[in-house]
Amino acid sequence: MVLVNLILILLAGGVIAWLAERQHPLLPRWIALITILFDLGYFLTYMSDLSWSQIAIVPNPTDATTWLLHYKAEWIPRFGISFELAMDGLSLLMVILTLVLGAVAVSSSWTDIKQRTGFFEANLLWTLAGVLGVFLALDLFLFFLFWEVMLVPMYLMIAIWGHEGRGYASMKFFIFTQVSGLMMLLAILVLVMLNHSNTGVYSFSYFELLDHKVGGDIAFYLMLGFFVAFLVKLPGFPVHTWLPDAHTQAPTAGSVILAGILLKTGAYGLIRFVVPLFPNEALAFSPIAMGLGVAGIIYGAVLALGQDDFKRLVAYSSVSHMGFVLLGVFAWNALALQGAVMQMIAHGFSTAALFMIAGSLQERMHTRDMSKMGGLWQNMPRMGAVAMFFALASLGLPGLGNFVAEFMVLVGLFAVAPWIAAVAALGLIVAAIYSLMMMQRAFQGKPDEGRRLPDYGLREMLTMTVMIVGLIWLGLYPQPVLDTAQPVLDSLMQMVGSVAEPTKVAGLMP
Amino acid sequence: MTMIELQSILPLIVLSIAIVQLMLLIAFRRGHALTAGFTVAGLLLTLASIPLAVAVGPQQLSLLSVDAFGMFFTVLLLGVSLASTLLAWEYLRHRKARSEEFYLLLLLATLGALVLAFANHVASLLLGMELLGVSLYTMIAYPEKGKLPMEAGIKYLVLSGCASAVLLFGFALIYAAVGSLSFVGIGERLAEVSDNQVLILTGSALVLAGIGFKLSVVPFHMWTPDVYQGAPLPVTGFLATVSKGAIFVALLRLFVEAQLHQFTTLLTALSVLAVASMLVGNLLALQQQNLKRLLSYSSIAHFGYLLITLVAIGILSGSKLAVEAASYYVVAYVVTTLAAFAVISLLSSDGGDEKQLVTDLTGLFWHRPLLAGILTLSLLSLAGIPLTVGFIGKFYLITAGIEGALWVLLGALVVGSAIGIYYYLRIIYVMTLEGDNKVVEHSTPWLGESVAVLLAVLVVWLGVLPQPLMVYVGGFF
Repeated sequence: MVLVNLILILLAGGVIAWLAERQHPLLPRWIALITILFDLGYFLTYMSDLSWSQIAIVPNPTDATTWLLHYKAEWIPRFGISFELAMDGLSLLMVILTLVLGAVAVSSSWTDIKQRTGFFEANLLWTLAGVLGVFLALDLFLFFLFWEVMLVPMYLMIAIWGHEGRGYASMKFFIFTQVSGLMMLLAILVLVMLNHSNTGVYSFSYFELLDHKVGGDIAFYLMLGFFVAFLVKLPGFPVHTWLPDAHTQAPTAGSVILAGILLKTGAYGLIRFVVPLFPNEALAFSPIAMGLGVAGIIYGAVLALGQDDFKRLVAYSSVSHMGFVLLGVFAWNALALQGAVMQMIAHGFSTAALFMIAGSLQERMHTRDMSKMGGLWQNMPRMGAVAMFFALASLGLPGLGNFVAEFMVLVGLFAVAPWIAAVAALGLIVAAIYSLMMMQRAFQGKPDEGRRLPDYGLREMLTMTVMIVGLIWLGLYPQPVLDTAQPVLDSLMQMVGSVAEPTKVAGLMP
Repeated sequence: MTMIELQSILPLIVLSIAIVQLMLLIAFRRGHALTAGFTVAGLLLTLASIPLAVAVGPQQLSLLSVDAFGMFFTVLLLGVSLASTLLAWEYLRHRKARSEEFYLLLLLATLGALVLAFANHVASLLLGMELLGVSLYTMIAYPEKGKLPMEAGIKYLVLSGCASAVLLFGFALIYAAVGSLSFVGIGERLAEVSDNQVLILTGSALVLAGIGFKLSVVPFHMWTPDVYQGAPLPVTGFLATVSKGAIFVALLRLFVEAQLHQFTTLLTALSVLAVASMLVGNLLALQQQNLKRLLSYSSIAHFGYLLITLVAIGILSGSKLAVEAASYYVVAYVVTTLAAFAVISLLSSDGGDEKQLVTDLTGLFWHRPLLAGILTLSLLSLAGIPLTVGFIGKFYLITAGIEGALWVLLGALVVGSAIGIYYYLRIIYVMTLEGDNKVVEHSTPWLGESVAVLLAVLVVWLGVLPQPLMVYVGGFF
């Protein structure tokens, strides 16, 4: 029931925030913040009852009772659809990430949104509720439902409160995700119908479907259906083109949620569904998937070099960073997979922070064009220092979370595909160039004389501190996170173990 | 006819009496509210008579088969007529036109639709279709001055007349081949007759063309946008839901009982029509600036989707799942489309010019949030987003398509829906834009708005808790 409440609290908070606007236009943001923090607190108090030993139990993927939390209620028995939520270590991490970044997003839009604040906060909370649903749903119908429904409030956020090109950007975002989602729906339904013709029962349950894997040629196409949907959301090359537009045009809170949380649903889907449901097919596909990952890393990084728009630069750097996740998932070893999970969290923090900085710049200077900036450090020293920190995190400075993640992916990958690892490592070099260039163009150089800009205040510094502490902690002592994800990944490796001898990754061993 | 048989068609009888009474009432005393109230009462009485008719169980009459399938769609069609009556009342009451006869026509059309829901014989099929069609000609051109409604009415009259003639000729050819006019009779004889293939094929091709016209399936769709645009908004809504819905229901029964699926050529033809409708309908909707035209193309696409179920029924020779899918999708389409038309019609209920353009909706979210919310919901349902009935409908279609392994049709469905999202979203986007913020004084049409709210509730309810309806429509045939 805890899992249901987690989602319900956010939904109800959204409705209250919407209604509260009539009382006072500033009330909704407080309600949103309190709702998210309450949700987080509620979750953590409940979780604190669990001991580490419980988390360390390797969950049996086909037996829901071995998971940390499990909730199931009958919903549409005609097709064997149930309201089934479950949580293991991986979803635990994702839930915490979602709620923390959700609070950050509310804070980042504190002064930014002046129109229709109630509806804005409502959409924000509903998006978060949808994302939580995606991370927790283990009925494929329910998963798809959350996957699609979270688009609507996100779409409204971009379309109503976005910047100048919001119509085009929001439409592109929606269509890309929706069309790829339809392919996933088709794949889900074929899977269920195949299961029906084999066993005689309709079931959308993850556990049930894992028990009866499909084989043959059709399984490959089904895998592709899922893969495309997740690749679009990740976003992977070459279906990433919605992301720079959506990010650039979204309001700050929208960018934070998009980059910090929504992209992770794609990565989560790959780990949760594509690999376990179709291990053989995914293995056969892994050279192509890794190729797409590397292409994304290099392509995103190179395009980031050429951007004048601060937000667009960060958006392309996201494409590059998420390439590592794709590599980590398809490298088929535990270390790289850990790296992918780590990257999901670290990238969530670092990119969310960079988007916040971009948002503050836009709010203060009414431009995102870096050629109109320069010397901002002297105007706003606190913001400059914060930006420097996150630029370094993003380029992979040792001691910070992103380094740990990318390092683990590369080490794991090197064992199976050294050449791909070598090319991917080039991405790190380009990352250093574009991150530092961004710093130089925006914050270094000669300041504009007559410019008076307010520096970061208490609220902003507090928010940034949360993320700075998070990244340093991930960088210096990542063990708790690794421990939490370890059992899940162990069970995943067990499941695919029979097919996942590293040497079997076709043609990649020297 | 025995008493039991009469009791089983009680809804038709009650409605017919109500029509005669209404005619007499108008002759003696005119009054808009009075007529509308009487119409509502007549429809409610008809609905109330349904339990009595159900009590005697399914009956096979010589022209009608009164079964769960027919009764279910009777309830749906009566409900839609009721909603249309209320919407028409809101729409007409601020317009200076004699509007009493309009309700008479509406009831007549409803009677035709009910006959279609029960029709198990070519004669009753044609009877219902003509009753519906002839009332619609007049309704389309009814209250407005101006050229467009008249043009639309005449266009529909001429083309629909031709389509009926084609349909009749088709049935005549089939009759010549098999010597029976009842659906079941045709089905039984089809299997035996093997030497008259040409007659049967030509006949069924003509029937398909005739019905395809009424359902506005590509390439018989040319009339649709003009008629939708010209007709007054409540009538457009009625045409899109009651008329098309009832004809599809009749087609479904014809298809299942006459076992037309024995002809693979026919299935191929249906598949071609389906793919063409899905693609052409959605593509042509992309550039429409007029809401009514846009919705007309969208309905063309939706009937393309629906044809998938017919092909699936054919491939699987009468699969229950496919019938279930078709029935559910009809409900989804009717409820959603009516909700959309209800909102647009209410926006034009102040007596001024109709708000037909997409740009007329600018800023609707901010000055009439309730209506904008309902329209958004119905557009999302048309686009097939989860938590709405449209999604469950699409879910059913895909499931039926997979069971029949109709990959090409499913591919067209995905492509069509992908295109569809764009124009549905465009309307939502326009509604979120900042308008010129002039506050228009309008009297709140509370009656019409409560109809729209009710429809919106249905859209969500059937999308979130579909199980009871699924079980019910799973029991047909």
